[in-house]
Amino acid sequence: MGEGDVERIREQVEAVYRSDSRSVLATLIRILGSFDLAEEALHDAFAAAIEGWPRDGVPDHPPSWLVTVGRFKAIENLRRRARFDESMARIAQGIESEGARSPDPDDEGLEDDRLRLIFVCCHPALAPEARVALTLREVCGLTTEEIARAFLTPASTLAQRIVRAKSKIRDEGIPYRVPGRSELPERLDGVLRVVYLVYNEGYSASSGASLLRCDLSSEAIRLGRLLVELIPEPEVVGLLALMLLQESRRAARTSATGEIVLLEDQDRSLWDRARIAEGTELVERALRSRRFGPYTIQAAIAAVHAEAASVAATDWAQIVGLYDVLLRADPSPVIELNRAVAVAMRDGPEAGLALVDRILAGGELDEYHLAHAVRADLCRRLGRTAEARASYERALDFARQEPERRFLERRMAKLRPG
Amino acid sequence: MKYLCLAFGDQKKMEALTKPEFEDLLAQCRVHDEELRKSGHYVSGDSLEWAAMTIRPRNGKPVTTDGPFAESKETVGGVVIIEARDLNEAVRIASMHPAAHLGEKLGWGIELRPFSPTCHQ
Repeated sequence: MGEGDVERIREQVEAVYRSDSRSVLATLIRILGSFDLAEEALHDAFAAAIEGWPRDGVPDHPPSWLVTVGRFKAIENLRRRARFDESMARIAQGIESEGARSPDPDDEGLEDDRLRLIFVCCHPALAPEARVALTLREVCGLTTEEIARAFLTPASTLAQRIVRAKSKIRDEGIPYRVPGRSELPERLDGVLRVVYLVYNEGYSASSGASLLRCDLSSEAIRLGRLLVELIPEPEVVGLLALMLLQESRRAARTSATGEIVLLEDQDRSLWDRARIAEGTELVERALRSRRFGPYTIQAAIAAVHAEAASVAATDWAQIVGLYDVLLRADPSPVIELNRAVAVAMRDGPEAGLALVDRILAGGELDEYHLAHAVRADLCRRLGRTAEARASYERALDFARQEPERRFLERRMAKLRPG
Repeated sequence: MKYLCLAFGDQKKMEALTKPEFEDLLAQCRVHDEELRKSGHYVSGDSLEWAAMTIRPRNGKPVTTDGPFAESKETVGGVVIIEARDLNEAVRIASMHPAAHLGEKLGWGIELRPFSPTCHQ
């Protein structure tokens, strides 16, 4: 075999790593009962592939080959370690006898294991930030350093979070399985929340690290696609649709200098038509199921915006109607606020302002900058300049991100003196 | 990515060990050392002598003193460089080091530091 062939096979091994290492890892975690043993076995299996495949050829089904070799290497490692830790011999024995009983997994088995891994990484017993970190590292294959950069966290803090989460999974014996029918909806909701959190972290990019944070959004969409493949429940489809539709506006929602551009001012020719088409089709699919929830309804609202040629041409009545449905499925003051904005577009600013004032009187959104920003804008449209100014100032008291602060200051400066 | 494992220990306590105690410890170290070296992540490393020289700039010129850089009970007694995919993998591999298993009463422990080649570009 020539040098070119060796190089070609090395590239093949790398391609298999990119496409299959996560499912192989997921299966090894089940077989070996430990994240650390599985990670080690995965490394050893790929090292064996780089050494063996140029000589023996690439196996027919690389993932099964890697699982088999990984398990064998793990047993070997444990037996060697039994020299200083006798408990290792027992673990090796257990893995070996278990392996003799169950055959190596086929594609379907590998998919089941991926789903198990997702549910364990998003387990409610883990702290929310640990779920995000673990999912991105184990399921998506990001490195600790990549996750740390994206979340603007020191790598050592993030590494420790992951170490702790894994110890918790081990010490509390969190089972490696897909939840049963009775707890599935709630647990699936927890998984979707993690995915959407990752998406939003990337979507609400502050200018400095925007490039890396954009990667988080594409990672979330990739995860969404994987979930749709593994567990095509309507809300899973709805979440993917929502992310695609929001993502379709990415190029239009900030200016070249990183300033916020409101929906009404966006250049709609910059919207990504392919994403809109895919997102809209997915929403329709989720809606047809009649078992949809909040993600699907939010996606439906985004789809109404996406199909409108301008703000004026938007079907605001339909949007208000969808917010009504959303409020019934998932009551929250933030959604009430969004509904108030839509009502203002349908019935005029006065009607919107009455709703916003009632929401603010509830007190829950008193420190939410967008509630005051919405009020300021409605007052501006009604010519109530002094009130608008006071509300912009209140919004600035609570806005943290620089582009948002600059946006509010610009709007305030444009108010006529009064 | 490359990572540096600094293995610390208490010099005074180490020197107070009797010869058989020391030999026994060394034998226990060997199996862990072998684990680390065979892991496929080992780049290089070794134990260090306690004797240290320090060189610092004084008025822009290097000046030498006899002794370690920082005075503390625990001193670096060994270094290992490992290659790992990320910091969490490095933690797992560094945990194979003898100083992560043995010498609890001798102040043993590992400090793990990522190499940061971008600093010098």
